[in-house]
Amino acid sequence: MQNILEIDGVSKSFSHIQANNDISLYLRQGQIHALLGENGAGKSTLVKIIYGIVKPDHGSMILNGKRYEPDTPEAARNEGIGMVFQHFSLFESLSVLDNIMLGQKGNLKKDSILERLDYLQNEYDLHIDVNKTVAILSAGEKQKVEIIRCLLQDPKIMILDEPTSVLNPSEVEKLFNFLRKLSEQGMAVLYISHKLHEIKELCDTSTILRNGKVVKSCDTAGITINELAQLMVGKAIDNKIKLSEPKQGHVLDIKNISYTNPDIYGTSLKEIKFSVNFGEIFGIGGISGNGQTELMKVLSGEVGLTDGNQILYQNEDISSLDINERRRREIVFIPEDRLGHSAVSSLSLTENLLLTNLWDHNFFSNGVIDTNYADDKTCEVIKKFNVQCNDAGSLASSLSGGNLQKFVVGREIIKMPKLVVCEQPTWGVDVGSASLIHNFLIEISNSGSTILVISQDMDELRSICHRIAIISNGVMSKPYDVNMITPEDIAIEMAK
Amino acid sequence: MFTLQKKDTIDQSSLYTVPLIAIGCSLIFVFILFLLIGKNPFLAIFIIFIEPLLSVFGLSELIVKATPLIIIALGLSIGFRAGVWNIGAEGQFTIGALFGGAAILAFYPTSGIWILPLSFFIAIGGGILWGMIPAFFKARFNTNEILVSLMLTYVAILFLSGMVYGPLKNPEGFNFPESRLFHDSGTLPIIFPGTRAHIGFLIALFLAGLMHYLLKRHKFGFHVKVSGESTRALVFSGRTANYMVYLSFIISGAFAGLAGVIEVSGPVGQLVPAIPVGYGFTAIIVAFLGRLNPFGIFFAGLLLALTYIGGEAAQIRLGLPNAITGVFQGVLLFSLLAAEAFTKYEVSLKKMR
Repeated sequence: MQNILEIDGVSKSFSHIQANNDISLYLRQGQIHALLGENGAGKSTLVKIIYGIVKPDHGSMILNGKRYEPDTPEAARNEGIGMVFQHFSLFESLSVLDNIMLGQKGNLKKDSILERLDYLQNEYDLHIDVNKTVAILSAGEKQKVEIIRCLLQDPKIMILDEPTSVLNPSEVEKLFNFLRKLSEQGMAVLYISHKLHEIKELCDTSTILRNGKVVKSCDTAGITINELAQLMVGKAIDNKIKLSEPKQGHVLDIKNISYTNPDIYGTSLKEIKFSVNFGEIFGIGGISGNGQTELMKVLSGEVGLTDGNQILYQNEDISSLDINERRRREIVFIPEDRLGHSAVSSLSLTENLLLTNLWDHNFFSNGVIDTNYADDKTCEVIKKFNVQCNDAGSLASSLSGGNLQKFVVGREIIKMPKLVVCEQPTWGVDVGSASLIHNFLIEISNSGSTILVISQDMDELRSICHRIAIISNGVMSKPYDVNMITPEDIAIEMAK
Repeated sequence: MFTLQKKDTIDQSSLYTVPLIAIGCSLIFVFILFLLIGKNPFLAIFIIFIEPLLSVFGLSELIVKATPLIIIALGLSIGFRAGVWNIGAEGQFTIGALFGGAAILAFYPTSGIWILPLSFFIAIGGGILWGMIPAFFKARFNTNEILVSLMLTYVAILFLSGMVYGPLKNPEGFNFPESRLFHDSGTLPIIFPGTRAHIGFLIALFLAGLMHYLLKRHKFGFHVKVSGESTRALVFSGRTANYMVYLSFIISGAFAGLAGVIEVSGPVGQLVPAIPVGYGFTAIIVAFLGRLNPFGIFFAGLLLALTYIGGEAAQIRLGLPNAITGVFQGVLLFSLLAAEAFTKYEVSLKKMR
C-alpha cells in the first residue's frame, strides 16, 4: 500500500518548550497507526499540526502526493482529514440530528443526510436515535455522534485522540471492531493513546514519541508491551513497594448515602454504602461522570447532605461537619482538578499550602498568617516529595502538572493523616511522577493510614488497592477483592 | 480581521504602566478635545490639572474631595478582588449619610465627644444594612448583584429626599428642603485652620494602611485572593461562596456608609437632598485605577479628586461646561480598561477568507 500522509521533519516550539522536534511519520492507506507517548510527549501538538490548528516552524507534509499545508481545521477537513477529539464538541441541549447537521458544509438537505446516516448506521453498526437530546446520551453514544459527524465528511484519514478514555470495556470492543472495518475499506487511522494493551491489540504500526522526538517507529506485532513501555518512559519504572495487609475494624462506614444533584445534567448518588478497614486502600472505579465527583464532594463536605444520611468515621457521624472540621479529625482530601480546586495556579506554593490548613492554629495567630512557619512547612513538602521548583514562593502555574500534583499530594500526606480521600491522584501526570505518587500512598498505608481512591484508571486501582468497587450511574457495586475481580466483572458493573 | 489572543505570561511591570498609560491617553484625548472646541489646550490642561495643586485652598479642597473617594474605593476593592460586583456604593453612601446625620440631629443641641463616634457606628450600620439587601438576594436566589445594588441607589437617594423634605427638615428653615446645621459636637475637627480639610482624610489614610496589612498578612486577605481566582478552591479551603458575597457587601457597605457620615459631618455640615454627587460611582474608577491596591487607590483618589476641582476651575476661568469632569473620568476609565486588555491579550491580524 502506498503512503497517504508523509510527515517529514516537523518541528514546533512554544516560547521555550520544544513540543515537536524533527518528527517524521508515514501513514499508509488502510493502516491503523498508533501514536504513543506520555502526557507532554508532543502527541497533541503533532495532531494539531496535521489538523491545521497549529502551524509547524519547520518541516513539510505530503498528502496524496501533494504538498499539504492546512491553515485551518476547515482546510484540513476539505483535504479529507477527520478528527475525533477526546473532549466532545457537541451542543448538549440540541438533538443528535441537529448536532450532525450543524457540522456539515454547504446546503445539504435533511433528507439526504438522513439517507447517508441510515447507510452509515447499517454499514458500521453505529445505531443511535437521532432525535434524542445529546445531554442524555452516554459518553459512548456521544462519541458515536462525533464519529458519524466525521464520517459524513468522507475522510481519507481519521484521527482519534484517546478515544477509549470515556468508554467501558464492551464499548471499547465495539469501537475497535468499527475501526478494523474502516481500515479494511482502505481508510487510514491515526490512533493516539498511552494505553499499551489497546495499541498491541488494535494497531499495525506504532510511532513512539518522547520529549517531542520520535523514539521509534515499528510494527506492533514484533514488540512486547514491556518494550513499548520502556520506549515511552525512557527508563525502567520503579518497582512498587509491597502493600501490607489491612487490619480488622472499620475506619469509615458509609450507610446509605443519597444525594440529589441540583444540576439536571449531573449525576445523583443513590443509596451508596460501603466500609473501609484500618490500613486499607479502597478503590472506587468507573467511567467519568458516574457520580465520582459528587461522591468526593459529599465525603469532603463541600456539598451538604440531607438529614438521615450517615458518614461514620471512627464511629462518629461526620456528615454534618464542614470540610475543615473533617480535616481537624485528620482526614485529608485530594480532589481531581489541580487547576482551581485543589490548587490555585496564580498563588505561590506557600499560599497553596495554606489553602488546606486554614483550620490549623499553628499557621495563624489571631488570624495573622505566620509566614515563616508556612514557608518552612512548604519547603518540607518540596524536599520530602522531590517537587521540582525554585522555592516556596514559586507560583503554582510555574510547575509542571506532575510536580504540582506531587506537591498537592505531599501537602496532605506529610500530615500522616488517618484517612486520605483522593480522586484521580495521577490524572494527567507523567509516568515517573505517577509511580512516585503511588509509592507515597502505599507507604503511608503501610504505616497505618487508610486510603480511599476514586479513579477511572482501572490499572491504577488494580496496582495499589486491596479492594475495588465500581460506581455506575450513581450506584455503587459490592466491593471485590483485587485478586478476584475480572475484566468481565468490571464490564458488567460499569454497564449497570 | 483583528483577533485578540490571550498572552501566556503577564508582564509584572504592568501594575504601574497600565495606569500611567491610561492617564497619558486621557490627557491626549482632552488635549485634542480642547483644540476642537477652540480653547488653548495648554492653558486648559494647566488650569485643570496643575493650578489646583499650587494653592493651599486647592490642596485642601483636593483632600476634601479625595476622602470619600478613597474610603469608598477601599471597600469596593475587596469585592472586586473577590469577584463580587457592588455597583451601588452611591446608595450605601447616601444611607450612611442619612443614618449618621439623623443620629447627630437626634442629639441636637447636646454636646459630647461621643456623638461623632456614635453617629459613625450608626452610619456604618446603615451602609451595611443597605449592602445586605443585594447580598441576601444574590446568596439566596442567585440574583445579579450589579442590578440590585445599582437600583437600590435610586431608592436610597429618594429615601434621603423624603426624609429631608419631611421629618428631618429644619423647623426654623423657612421650609427649605434641608436639615438643621449640625452643632459643633456633630462636626468633624478641621486639620488646617481656615480650610475645609478635616480629619476624615487621616481616617482614609489609616484605612488604606489597615487594608494593606489585612490583605497581605491576614487570613481575610487570603480568602479574598482565593475567592477572586476560583470559587471551587474557596469552598475547598472551607468557606462557602456566599460567605464571600456577604463579606464583600458588609465591607463595601460599611466603608461607603462611613464615607457618607464623614461627608455630612465634614464639608457639608447638614443633610441636604444633594449629598449624593456621584462619589460612589467615581469610586469604581478609583478602585480600578488604583489596581485594587490600597495605596494605589489612595493616589487614584487624589487624581480623581483633582478632576472635580479642575473641572470647577475650568468652568469659572474658561467658561467650559462642568461636564468636562465627567468626560475626563469616562475617558480615563475607558483607556484604563483598554490598556489592561492589551496587557492580558495580544492583537494579531488574520486575513479574511
